[in-house]
Amino acid sequence: MAAALINVPKKAKRGDVIEIKTLMSHIMETGYRHTTSGKIVPRDIITSFACRYNGEEIFRADLFPATAANPFISFFTIATESGKFDFEWIGDNGFSETAAASIIVE
Amino acid sequence: MRFAGTIALASLLALIGALAGIVIRPLIAAEIPSTERRSGYTFMAPDTKAMQDDDTVNPGMLGVLDGETLWKRKAGAASKACADCHDDARVSMKGVAARYPAFDKALARPVNLEQRINLCRARHQEAEPLPYEKHDLLALSAFVAEQSRGMTITPDTAPELEPFVAKGRDFFMHRQGQLNLGCTNCHDDNWDKHLAGSAVTQAIPNGYPIYRLEWQSLGSLQRRLRNCITGMRAQNFDFGAIELVELELYLMTRARGMPVETPAVRP
Repeated sequence: MAAALINVPKKAKRGDVIEIKTLMSHIMETGYRHTTSGKIVPRDIITSFACRYNGEEIFRADLFPATAANPFISFFTIATESGKFDFEWIGDNGFSETAAASIIVE
Repeated sequence: MRFAGTIALASLLALIGALAGIVIRPLIAAEIPSTERRSGYTFMAPDTKAMQDDDTVNPGMLGVLDGETLWKRKAGAASKACADCHDDARVSMKGVAARYPAFDKALARPVNLEQRINLCRARHQEAEPLPYEKHDLLALSAFVAEQSRGMTITPDTAPELEPFVAKGRDFFMHRQGQLNLGCTNCHDDNWDKHLAGSAVTQAIPNGYPIYRLEWQSLGSLQRRLRNCITGMRAQNFDFGAIELVELELYLMTRARGMPVETPAVRP
């Protein structure tokens, strides 16, 4: 039951620097912890995040075991034209989630 | 002779204490006056406050979103969803968390929000209870409690609850465990100080379930209470134990008049 929270301004002026905030629900299990019986808790993390603006990749990040649960990623871009932001998270055990948000540029 | 010496030493120590301006606090602590009560929020760093204030940054909102999905999902032999009886939670659940724990007539005891959800599952959905502190129950209770966000906490004043509140207050006030501490010794006497670098705070549970950064997840008030009891090295209780519900009841009377912050973020 993965859920994402995305914050993209609904409207912006052409050339504005806008902040994009994303929060993805994930346990980010490091793979370094043991159970009480000594067994390793297998690693389960998001390994990659990408954002495309009207199809063009504008931001990409690799994630590692030191990232806390529910990774919050925020970044800036320039509002060039109206359209859509596509977000994609990929991780261990076939984890793959997408989300989208649109923007109107005046 | 030795006895007289002891008395002389004791008076000397008292004199030194008085000269050094040390105030000896009474053994029985006093509750914090209602005008001085502060939400745990006011003790937090600006970054943590900002995290709670922005719904797209507050990780507790992920639980609320999942809770909304569960609210509409059919469960149990009756194949009913919460929404089938309660309809829109924005209307039906508004203010509920601000007055819980409440008295359940059939059980003749108070129940907290998580227990109410499980009672509903048993009585109306004919479903298995959701396990404590697991994702589903936390998400559902966060979703229900979030409907009361901003509302004033007004504990249920049903006369049946009085003996339970009194027991909870007793638990809070009495010293126990290997460290011989009562909750009151920190949360009434020393709430303005720090313990291992963290603010002690006033034991005002106005944002549960909270997203605690240390836990990296949502957690219930009972999880927090069990943490404290372990810290006092006292005998702990299982999730859902009546002792913990009584303590919750008393703590909500401390929170009277404060706004619900669910899902709050705490460090």
